[in-house]
Amino acid sequence: MFIVNYIKNIFKGVKSLLVGMRRTGYYFTHHKEIITQQYPDNKETLNLPERFKGEVVLIHDENNEHACTGCTACELACPNATIKIVTKFDITAEGKKKKALDKFVYHLELCTMCNLCIIACPTDAIKMDQTFEHSVFDRKELTKILNKPGSKIRDGVE
Amino acid sequence: MWSFSNIADSIQNWLNQTFSATWSLVMQMLIAGIAVISLFAILGLVLVLMERKVSAWMQIRLGPNRVGPKGILQTLADTLKLLVKEGLTPAGADKILFNLAPVLALVIGMLLMAPIAFAKDFQLWNLNIGVLYISAVSSVMVISILMAGWASNNKYSLMGAMRSGAQIVSYELSAGLSILTIVVLCGSLNIPDIIYSQADGWWIFKGHIPAIISFVIFIIAVTAETNRAPFDLAEAESELTAGFHTEYSGMKFALFFLAEYVNVFIVCAIGATLFLGGWMPFHIGQWESFNRVMDYIPSSIWFFGKTFFLIFLIMWFRWTFPRLRIDQLLNLEWKYLLPISMINLLLVTVIAILGWHF
Repeated sequence: MFIVNYIKNIFKGVKSLLVGMRRTGYYFTHHKEIITQQYPDNKETLNLPERFKGEVVLIHDENNEHACTGCTACELACPNATIKIVTKFDITAEGKKKKALDKFVYHLELCTMCNLCIIACPTDAIKMDQTFEHSVFDRKELTKILNKPGSKIRDGVE
Repeated sequence: MWSFSNIADSIQNWLNQTFSATWSLVMQMLIAGIAVISLFAILGLVLVLMERKVSAWMQIRLGPNRVGPKGILQTLADTLKLLVKEGLTPAGADKILFNLAPVLALVIGMLLMAPIAFAKDFQLWNLNIGVLYISAVSSVMVISILMAGWASNNKYSLMGAMRSGAQIVSYELSAGLSILTIVVLCGSLNIPDIIYSQADGWWIFKGHIPAIISFVIFIIAVTAETNRAPFDLAEAESELTAGFHTEYSGMKFALFFLAEYVNVFIVCAIGATLFLGGWMPFHIGQWESFNRVMDYIPSSIWFFGKTFFLIFLIMWFRWTFPRLRIDQLLNLEWKYLLPISMINLLLVTVIAILGWHF
C-alpha cells in the first residue's frame, strides 16, 4: 500500500508540474497579448486599475469646502504616523467654541497606501487618488498640507 | 571544410613552426584562456538577455525593449553599469575570503569548461576520466558559496550559504547517479568516447525508459545544484534578501551572477553531451542517407542548439514553479529522487549486461 501511494504521489506531482509548464508554454508561444502598459509612451491613454492607490487627498467641492471635522480618526488609524491633524477652535454663530480642522499634514514619504485612514474616516472626507508621479528632488516637498487655504468645513457635517 | 578542429589544428601548426616548443605551448595556453574568458563574457550577455526575454514572454510582458533594437543591448548597458559601480567590502567582513569567493566561483566554472567538447574533435583537454572530473570539480562549487556566506559576517548570507550547502551536497548524489547510468551504458568515462557511442542514436532514445528517467532526474538535480528557482533557497529574495551574495556589490556581485549563468551553461552542456549526443548530429540507427543529410549541419551548431534547448528548459522551470520549502527540498531528494535513481541505475545495469539497448 505504501508503494502504491508513493508511485501515485510521483505521478500526481509530475502531472501538476506539466500542467503548470503547459500554461507558461502557452504564454511563451502566444505573446500577442501584453498585460503591462508601455508607461511613458501612453501617458495620455494610461488605463489604471480601479483599486490602484496613489496618494491620500482631502476632497474639496466647488465652494472650497471639505468634510473633515478634525476628529483624528485617520491619524489614530495610521500604522506609521503618516497623518498629523492640527485642530483649532472656531466660534460658531451661537458664540460657542467648536473644534475644527486647521492643518491636515500628510507625509507622503511615510505612506504605504494601506487605505486604513480612508476606512476609518467617519465623514468620507478623504480618498485615495490615482496620481503616482511623486518623484521630487527634496523630501520636504513630500510633506503636504491637504486642506486648501481658506477652505472650511461643509455645513451640516458633524 | 571549415570547422573548429581545423582552425585549432592550423593555429597549433603555425605556432609550432614559428616558435620553440615551450613558447608554443605557453601561447596555446594563453589563447585557450582568452577564448574561455571571452566565451564567459558572451555567455553572460546572451544568457541574461535570454532569461529576461523568456521570463517576460512567459509572464505576458515585453521584457527589455528600450536599449538598442528590441532591447538587445540591455545586458551590455547593465555590464557597463556594474563595471563602474563601487565594489564595497563591509567593515566586519573577512577581507581575504570575501574577495576570494567570487573569483573562486568563476575559476570553478573555468575548470569545468576544460573537458567539454564544443564541436567535433574540439576540446580543451581530452582526459580519459572526463565525467568523473566534472562531477568532482562541480562539487567544489559549494565552497565558494559557503566562503561568501561566512566571510560576509551577515546572518542572511550565512543562512543562505548553509541552505545552499545542504542543497548542493544532497542533490549531487542523484546527479551523480543519473550520470552513472550513461557511463554504465557506454562503458567509458571519456567524453569523446561517450559522444562517439551515440553515433547510431542518442542515449535518451537508445536507453529506453530508464535513460529518460535518469535524464529527468539529472535535469531536476542540476537545477538544484545551480541554485536556480524552484530550488533557489540559497538566494530566496523574499526571505533572505539575496542569500549568500547579500553583501556583494558592483563587479564582485557581477562575478557571482556570471558564475551562476556559466554554471547553468556547463550543466546543460554536460546534459546535452551525456543524453543528447553532444555535437553528434541526430542519427537514426543505420539510415545512411538520413544520417548523411544531418551531417551537413555543423557539429558546433548541434552542440550549442542542444545546450540552449536545455537552458531554455531550465528557464521554463524557473518561471513556472514556485519555490520549495527547505523540508520539501530535502524530502524530494532523499525520499524520491535518490531511491528512484538507485533503482533506475540497477535497471540500466541489467539492460547494459544483457545488451537490451539498441
